[in-house]
Amino acid sequence: MSPPGPSVALSGVTKSYPGGTVAVDDVSVEIAGGSFVALVGSSGSGKSTLLKTINRLIEPSAGSITIDGQAIDVEDRFRLRRRIGYVFQNIGLFPLPHMTVAENVAIGLRLEGEKNPRARVAELLGLVDLPADVAARMPDALSGGQRQRVGVARALATEPRLLLMDEPFGALDPVTRDQLGGAIRALHDRLGLTTIMVTHDMAEALLLADRVLVMEKGRIVSDAAPRALLAGEGGAAAQALVAVPREQMKRLGALESGA
Amino acid sequence: MTDFLDALTRVPDLLAQHLLLAMSALVLGIILSLPLAVWSARVPSVGRIVLGFASLIQTIPSLALLALFYPILLSLSTLVGGGIPALGFLPSLLALTLYALLPILRNGVTGLAGIDPAVIEAADGVGMTAWQKLRLVEAPLVAPVLMAGIRTAAVWTIGAATLSTTVGQPSLGDMIFAGLQTQNWALVLAGCTAAAGLALAVDALLGVIERGIARRKRLGAWIAFGLLALGVMVALLPMLPARQETVTIGAKGFSEQYILARMIGHRLEAAGYRVRYKEGLGSGVMFAALTSSDVDVAVDYTGTIWTNEMKRTDTPPRDAMLAAIRSWQEKQGLNLLGRMGFENAYAFAMRGDRAKALGIASLDDLVAKAPDLQFGADLEFLERPEWKAVRAAYPIRFGSAHAYNPTFMYRALESGQADVISAFSSDGRIAADRLTVLNDPRGAIPNYDAILIIAPHYAKDAQMIAALKPLIGRVPVEAMREANYMVDRDVGKVSPDAAARWLEKRVGL
Repeated sequence: MSPPGPSVALSGVTKSYPGGTVAVDDVSVEIAGGSFVALVGSSGSGKSTLLKTINRLIEPSAGSITIDGQAIDVEDRFRLRRRIGYVFQNIGLFPLPHMTVAENVAIGLRLEGEKNPRARVAELLGLVDLPADVAARMPDALSGGQRQRVGVARALATEPRLLLMDEPFGALDPVTRDQLGGAIRALHDRLGLTTIMVTHDMAEALLLADRVLVMEKGRIVSDAAPRALLAGEGGAAAQALVAVPREQMKRLGALESGA
Repeated sequence: MTDFLDALTRVPDLLAQHLLLAMSALVLGIILSLPLAVWSARVPSVGRIVLGFASLIQTIPSLALLALFYPILLSLSTLVGGGIPALGFLPSLLALTLYALLPILRNGVTGLAGIDPAVIEAADGVGMTAWQKLRLVEAPLVAPVLMAGIRTAAVWTIGAATLSTTVGQPSLGDMIFAGLQTQNWALVLAGCTAAAGLALAVDALLGVIERGIARRKRLGAWIAFGLLALGVMVALLPMLPARQETVTIGAKGFSEQYILARMIGHRLEAAGYRVRYKEGLGSGVMFAALTSSDVDVAVDYTGTIWTNEMKRTDTPPRDAMLAAIRSWQEKQGLNLLGRMGFENAYAFAMRGDRAKALGIASLDDLVAKAPDLQFGADLEFLERPEWKAVRAAYPIRFGSAHAYNPTFMYRALESGQADVISAFSSDGRIAADRLTVLNDPRGAIPNYDAILIIAPHYAKDAQMIAALKPLIGRVPVEAMREANYMVDRDVGKVSPDAAARWLEKRVGL
């Protein structure tokens, strides 16, 4: 087991736009090294915006962020992003005419000047349970699930210690979602990463994360462990989200017992 | 058919020049457009200005755009103390380059704007710098759209390059303009076919490159690119040997000028000079080209210089006018070698039967009848000071006035579409068509002796003066008319070059 991933601390992070819209409103939170944190909220709650301030895809209007105690704006943002694994929403890959799966996986290595990443690509594809022969294919020849696995392999290529995921399973069917979620949690544990995942699906958050942050209108309104949430803690907003899968489960149970 | 095959022999040389001009403009256009397209896509306000400017240029007719560069370059050259050629390759290149900008820019900007923002965010997310993003993500995604724009630009440029003839840059347009002028349809057809063939061939090769880029068939793209490069190389070949100095002979856009230019050319070639022709030039353009040595030798007319260049409105006797012009030109370093021996004055001509029926013999008679008559003028005449001078002396108001290419002007007179035309006194068609030339009892039209002028660069070149001196006073108006008619007539016409040979024999050179 590798040493745990870095801790991340956000302090008073705010993102407001010229029109007066406030996407993230004075968020302060500390994320322990090695933890798997889910950011849950409805669309427009500011969860994606908050995630993107960590790798500086979005610059906050106010507040500061540190990774392992070091402010993220001391080094240039391209370096920072290459150190942080990032799995994008939906597509996740470059649909470029000349970029194969292997080239997609190796893009981070290429940016760092690595000339011959072939062996590393094979290793990464193995890590996400893809057969080696997908390396030569084009991204559009893969299924949605395979594509997102390639996205994870690409994010892990530069051996980041921190992994950010923005709705990584958004476009996948439920079976694939479940498989991939399990695979990512296993990777997180095996590699000892710090993982922050944005999702709108509370059930997914409860099943995968160690800690669930609920966002509403740019603020964190709940911060609790899955077990605590299921026990009814975490406040009204969180409980409203937990109620949905709980209710579904009840109805399924009722169906099963034939009532 | 043999006419057409004859005409085709002129194609290779002009095709090479045409290809070089169009490709240079295209390459320069690409070099300018690409950074502009990126800048425009990044900064929307820049994009609006750049695309607006490029669209504005497209609304200027290509012929006008070419013509505009002449005064611009001329004044620029004066500003920096000379040295910038205002005719020929440079103005053509600049005008065509501007023309090539729009399709490349527009497709580049549209292509960049059309890239899925998620892809750009992905590029940012993996830590690409702006340059890496452009090179690794945006360029490959935009390439097919951009190539389509480059193809459009190539076809436009090759088409518009035919017009560079008018500013003295040899191109396939030389054949089209000369053929139109002398009604040599085989020449026009050969020129058009060659220009269209060139455009199709370049478009097809660029199409192969485009598909190669889109479908990752790099070999095909490289082969097509190689063929294009080879074509340009072959076109460049004639320029390789150390070029001996070439004398440029200018000609305005009518048969007499084409014939005399060839006659001068034959003399100079016999004296060991290399010559080339800049044909189809406008009056003002040709004179300015002479003073700036863009054209080295040309035949002009005393009246044209007197009214157009010296801005004089009086009409002194022949010898006094020539002496005044000579001393005026000497100040500009030009050498007025002398009169050719014939006059080509503006003359008002009517069909003989019609003039008789209406009882018109002079411009005075015309005054009363003009409101019921249609006037057909050559392309310049209605703007010329001579027309002003005539109207000042005779209050003529025509029912309508239309400008024609000289050849079509005679057709209009013949068919009755025009009743009176602005003819030239040395024109062979006056005698052949039995036209009546109206008298000028008030002496409003100045004298138009053909004169041979040498540009400052060769003004004191004894060898050239010796080669051209025998032409002075040598060409009587009857001989000139006959030679002109050989080129202008509908049946059994000959090329200006052949007419020049005939004229040389006729006057004993």
